[in-house]
Amino acid sequence: MEKTWNNKAWFLVLPVLVLVAFSAVIPLMTVVNYSVQDTFGNNVFFWAGTEWFEELLHSDRFWEAMLRNLVFSFIILAIEVPLGIFIALNMPKKGWAVPVCLVLMALPLLIPWNVVGTIWQVFGRNDIGLFGYYVNALGINYNYVQDPIDAWVTVIIMDVWHWTSLVVLLCYAGLVSIPDAFYQAAKIDGASRWAVFRYIQLPKMQRVLLIAVLLRFMDSFMIYTEPFVVTGGGPGNSTTFLSIDLVKTALGQFDLGPAAAMSLVYFLIILLLSWVFYTVMTNYDAER
Amino acid sequence: MARVDCNHIRHAYGPNPKSDKDFALKEVHQVFEDGGAYALLGPSGCGKTTLLNIISGLLHPSHGQLLFNGRDVTNLSTQERNIAQVFQFPVIYDTMTVYDNLAFPLRNRGVPEADVDRKVRETLDMIDLASWAKKKARGLTADQKQKISLGRGLVRSDVNAILFDEPLTVIDPHMKWVLRSQLKQLHRRFGYTMVYVTHDQTEALTFAERVVVMYDGEIVQIGTPAELFERPRHTFVGYFIGSPGMNVMPVAIDGKTATLGSQRIELPGAPQTATGPIELGIRPEYVRLGREGMAVKVSKVEDVGRHKVVRANLEGREIAAVIGEDETVPAEPKVRFEPTRINIYADSWRVEMGA
Repeated sequence: MEKTWNNKAWFLVLPVLVLVAFSAVIPLMTVVNYSVQDTFGNNVFFWAGTEWFEELLHSDRFWEAMLRNLVFSFIILAIEVPLGIFIALNMPKKGWAVPVCLVLMALPLLIPWNVVGTIWQVFGRNDIGLFGYYVNALGINYNYVQDPIDAWVTVIIMDVWHWTSLVVLLCYAGLVSIPDAFYQAAKIDGASRWAVFRYIQLPKMQRVLLIAVLLRFMDSFMIYTEPFVVTGGGPGNSTTFLSIDLVKTALGQFDLGPAAAMSLVYFLIILLLSWVFYTVMTNYDAER
Repeated sequence: MARVDCNHIRHAYGPNPKSDKDFALKEVHQVFEDGGAYALLGPSGCGKTTLLNIISGLLHPSHGQLLFNGRDVTNLSTQERNIAQVFQFPVIYDTMTVYDNLAFPLRNRGVPEADVDRKVRETLDMIDLASWAKKKARGLTADQKQKISLGRGLVRSDVNAILFDEPLTVIDPHMKWVLRSQLKQLHRRFGYTMVYVTHDQTEALTFAERVVVMYDGEIVQIGTPAELFERPRHTFVGYFIGSPGMNVMPVAIDGKTATLGSQRIELPGAPQTATGPIELGIRPEYVRLGREGMAVKVSKVEDVGRHKVVRANLEGREIAAVIGEDETVPAEPKVRFEPTRINIYADSWRVEMGA
């Protein structure tokens, strides 16, 4: 068939281009603009070049926040993925209990993030919080406002509570797609419970697990609202993650230049992760 | 290999079955001889898969006993019964190689690795996949996958029976023939007891020595393909086997004569007296279309390639007749039934004809 070349078709994409320009490109460019300049207010700018970037990459504060972020992501993945698989394996496959379980599982996902933060902020308090009060009553000294470890424990438990459901639901979707014949064949082949998990359930969940891991990683890497509400990044800087640090720099100290440089680096990291996500997914599909 | 005895087996899926209607399997009392190739044939929902799963131990029957070589296995698990089963959709372990797939059942039973290797290589040769041993199983075609499912059964030399649950459903038509003949060959060479569930009559008739026809939770007839064709014991067998199925029409019997409307049909003998509505069954292949006999009105002629199927109206009833590819329908068509091929049914069950 003869192809018709008609450049007028570009007009059809114009609305999208305009929309993206206003919502993403232009704001991003202003950030780029800030990142290479210094200002003392009154709309007076001085050229700063790569100064803010150099400062950022040599700042301990940035790398510490980055490290906290990575450690946090690692811990919650190490908890949420196995726990999610475990819960999904034990969820009912048939009957009235299925919708009940699914709704219960979906509940935490439906709560707005700042509300999750508020819930745990109150829940964990050792004077009026149910959790905090009883943990202390058990003789464990728990105070997330003063103790960095307690603050971390609180933020991690909160994230596990909030997001394990996502892993559960994804794994469950993978599990229910396995036809009964596979389990029957495994019985006939004399497979142990572990072998059934290793050779039937896990391979079938592999794809959704990959999505779950990447989603949870990206999400936890960008975490802001919940720790901000619960600990505000403290005590000290112990729960100050990259995003919290960024907001402190930009809106707390009003250091627009350094904050803009930081946003760009942060943006590049997220972009890199998205690229990894995309590549892994498409490679995996090609392999199938 | 084993002889499989189904001893008055009944099965209901719901709890507390009361009437016959609650049973998916009404009563099966049947012996599958050692080394026999059986097909369980019937429409969807007739209980054939239920029966198969009871034999394999995936289901526990509500009533009755199952014996392998005279030993009661009713309460044994699937694994302890030592049977092989091939399912409708190929079941393979995606992440393993073809070799590991076949080795899996042996390794699970703790067979020494040297024996595993020997058995797996033998089996790979048997199912013609030797050159694929090192390949990942996920990349294979549907028929190769189905062969692996079969191979996982064959690899255990001591299996009591190999059960097939509509194994060729997802296979391309031309591969069906190949696989079926390979199955027959395996059966002839190694004498496995095989039970093959299908709703495809061609598959059943070409695979099995004895075909077990099931209908509504019961076995209605067991016989060779020829017996099922010539002397269906139940009108259902007549309908279900053959294409088109048997013509069945209500008649009145008086001695050696059957009366259909205003027509009188001579029978080769007098049917034994029986109760219930009487019907006459004749295969379309034995309905002769010509210038003599009973007048019919032809409504349509279907050319199916090898022969033609004539749909006609006889005394207000639809009947089918098969004529040769080159034959034509005469101007004033009349039909005649071949007397020796007529079957008489009372209450849907065949009655013998005396002399």
